[in-house]
Amino acid sequence: MEPILQIKNLTHTYGIGTPFQRSAVEDMSFDVREGEFLGIIGHTGSGKSTLIQHLNGLLKPTDGQVLLGGKDIWAEPKKIRDVRFRVGLVFQYPEYQLFEETVYKDIAFGPTNQGKTGDELDRCVREAARLVGIRDDQMDKSPFELSGGQKRRVALAGVLAMEPEVLILDEPTAGLDPAGRENLMANIRDYHRNKHKTIILVSHSMDEIAQNVDRILVLKGARILMSGAPAEVFARADELITAGLDVPQVTRVAMALKARGVDIDPAVYTVEALERELLALRKGGAVC
Amino acid sequence: MLKDITLGQYFPGTTLAHKLDPRTKILLVVLYIIALFCAKGLVTYAIMALCLAVCVRISKVGLKALVRGLKPVLFIIIFTGVLNLFFTPGDRYLVEWGILRISDTGIRNAVFMVVRIMLLIMGTFLMTYTTSPISLTDGLEQLLNGLKKFRVPVHELAMMMSIALRFIPTLIEETDKIMSAQKARGADFESGNIIQKAKALIPILVPLFISAFRRADELATAMECRCYHGGEGRTKLHVLQYQRRDWVALGAGTVITVGVIVLGRFGL
Amino acid sequence: MSTMIETKELRFTYPADEGGQPVYALRGVDLEIEKGSFVVVLGHNGSGKSTLAKTFNAVLLPAGGKVYVEGMDTLDESLLLAIRQRVGMVFQNPDNQIVANVVEEDVAFAPENLGVPTEEIRRKVDDALAAVGMSEFVTHAPHLLSGGQKQRIAIAGVIAMEPDCIVLDEATAMLDPIGRQEVLSTVHRLNKEKGITVILITHHMNEAEEADRVVVMDDGRVVMDGTPKEVFTQVEDLRAIGLTTPDTVDLLDRLRKDGLDVPLDALTVEECADAIARALAEN
Repeated sequence: MEPILQIKNLTHTYGIGTPFQRSAVEDMSFDVREGEFLGIIGHTGSGKSTLIQHLNGLLKPTDGQVLLGGKDIWAEPKKIRDVRFRVGLVFQYPEYQLFEETVYKDIAFGPTNQGKTGDELDRCVREAARLVGIRDDQMDKSPFELSGGQKRRVALAGVLAMEPEVLILDEPTAGLDPAGRENLMANIRDYHRNKHKTIILVSHSMDEIAQNVDRILVLKGARILMSGAPAEVFARADELITAGLDVPQVTRVAMALKARGVDIDPAVYTVEALERELLALRKGGAVC
Repeated sequence: MLKDITLGQYFPGTTLAHKLDPRTKILLVVLYIIALFCAKGLVTYAIMALCLAVCVRISKVGLKALVRGLKPVLFIIIFTGVLNLFFTPGDRYLVEWGILRISDTGIRNAVFMVVRIMLLIMGTFLMTYTTSPISLTDGLEQLLNGLKKFRVPVHELAMMMSIALRFIPTLIEETDKIMSAQKARGADFESGNIIQKAKALIPILVPLFISAFRRADELATAMECRCYHGGEGRTKLHVLQYQRRDWVALGAGTVITVGVIVLGRFGL
Repeated sequence: MSTMIETKELRFTYPADEGGQPVYALRGVDLEIEKGSFVVVLGHNGSGKSTLAKTFNAVLLPAGGKVYVEGMDTLDESLLLAIRQRVGMVFQNPDNQIVANVVEEDVAFAPENLGVPTEEIRRKVDDALAAVGMSEFVTHAPHLLSGGQKQRIAIAGVIAMEPDCIVLDEATAMLDPIGRQEVLSTVHRLNKEKGITVILITHHMNEAEEADRVVVMDDGRVVMDGTPKEVFTQVEDLRAIGLTTPDTVDLLDRLRKDGLDVPLDALTVEECADAIARALAEN
């Protein structure tokens, strides 16, 4: 099957011709498969934000292409808005974009721009609200009366209501407390499981990425450093650490065990997996 | 794109123009403006242009940057020029076309008016290019200190100004972010008539205002936490002190201004 | 050791919005913070931890009970400046606490307010920037710095008052891992080298690993108080109030339930690996 998004030799250079010229994205190529849950990780300044703003046509590549469903998104610049409906982008701290009088109206902003009306509009809005756990009695409230975590849910619903084929989330849990983070990620996982839609999750937190995605893209200095399933990426934990990136605490424990002569695969990244490995080891040891 | 606008932008440097006391520069600009409005003829305008040219040379600010400063007011310049060109009564009319008549004085007035505005803008921009906003507000505060006797809240005004300057880049960045976020939801800022375009700004302005208020609130708390309690008993990291060069510059400025006023009287 | 901050039966209520309920943010907090200690206050959003922090330098005044800063009652208005000079506060959003366009001007803000003579301000500014490792940025524009650097400038702005205590009110929440590390190592150093009391308000468990003491807040009350090891080993209780334990403790907890003889209080990666390796060897 053809990948839903293809990024080909994408380069973006800011301030061309000025002394401040610098490339935020340099010659990146990768595919995103339909229904995939992709994680992107990298420092501030690694090019993450610039990269994702190319995927829905907010930024235009200096060089290279972004193909959506096999078609260059800039083939018809006039229709770039349609790309934005098909690739939904939720920015960091999205609650700061709320502006309407009621939660309902704010969620409806995107789909209304799409041209949806009447029953269809109502269905999209209510469904999106349900997906992120906004209750019916909250729909007529002002979004500004809600708590920080709930505002973020409204903002997320505002993008989901456009029913995008690809959903990009930039640090969706930034600033939330552990319970809030876990709740929101559970909503996002449910959405992925039930709707089979493609999700791209951008995060600083290796733990969050490790626990949710099928594949990880590691960025460093405007380029792709590595790409692969979590186990493949964490198998190169040493490289990640040299690159100044975090590895999950569990992986670090496994690495430390390995260094102490315990026969273990250090590429584990969940508590459950490490527990299983250690138990297997104990049983194995008992047999010996 | 919003990041590109120059708004009283400061180009750091170490030239004489940068080193002058901000109070000196403000006073010089005032003198310069007075002189400009007293200039009447070719000689006086030439003197003013020469003064500006010398200052630009000293400051090492590129002429390009100065000319770029004219862009936003281009419309006003052209408008004043055209108005003067067509509607100045004179002795001799060169062109007559209905109510539109171009007289010899009209041409003269139009040219001088355009040059005057251009010199005015370039002069004030030269000051903002060579003076950091913070020393500019410092200078203003010091100059207006006398007004405190008349209960003018000089310190508060200066503080407000410097905070406003501090937050301009932050708010521009924020506007950019909000615009991108709304565009990602399909907002359209480009097409439509003027009413539709104005309406399209609501999704930007509401969040921007809310955020500005939140920032103001947090900043006020942060300032209080750092023992801010108004201007009373406040000291300064940088105390302004007039140097010899400031007196020289002010002296030269005064002489030129008086000269231009006198020459202007003779219509030169 | 003497007491830096003491609260007695501290209560605070946010007045009701139109038609809403008043929020009882603090419901009787008794806390004594020792001079020179590094205390982490943990709690989920809305647990009252930020409100508590803001009573420490009289940004918020007790609605009931008392707060004493080095013996000074925060309700005494004549002591306000003295209290704020002793207890500096760093907030969450770095952009909203930087006052000036130039780093040195910003750091000088507090000494200027306190009427410190000019030459002395210079010294304090230079010392404060050196203390947070930002000396080379003295004439930079703060808005061009990274989040972590901005927060270090904010810390320098507080240090310039030469306070006895710094309160960081979720000051790491908006930073990326590198920025967070910058801020943490800075405050740890200030604590060790200058003996400044540090009170760090956060919901990141791993920031508490190296603290002297962890205070856990829930629903306006202190529900746990002890060393990191004492607090983080109460796995079930922490979960019940919406906090997680570090993955190391989670792993050890599971292994114990599986019948492996490991201690629960091996918090750091190294300690945890040691404990597991030892248990496996004995097995």
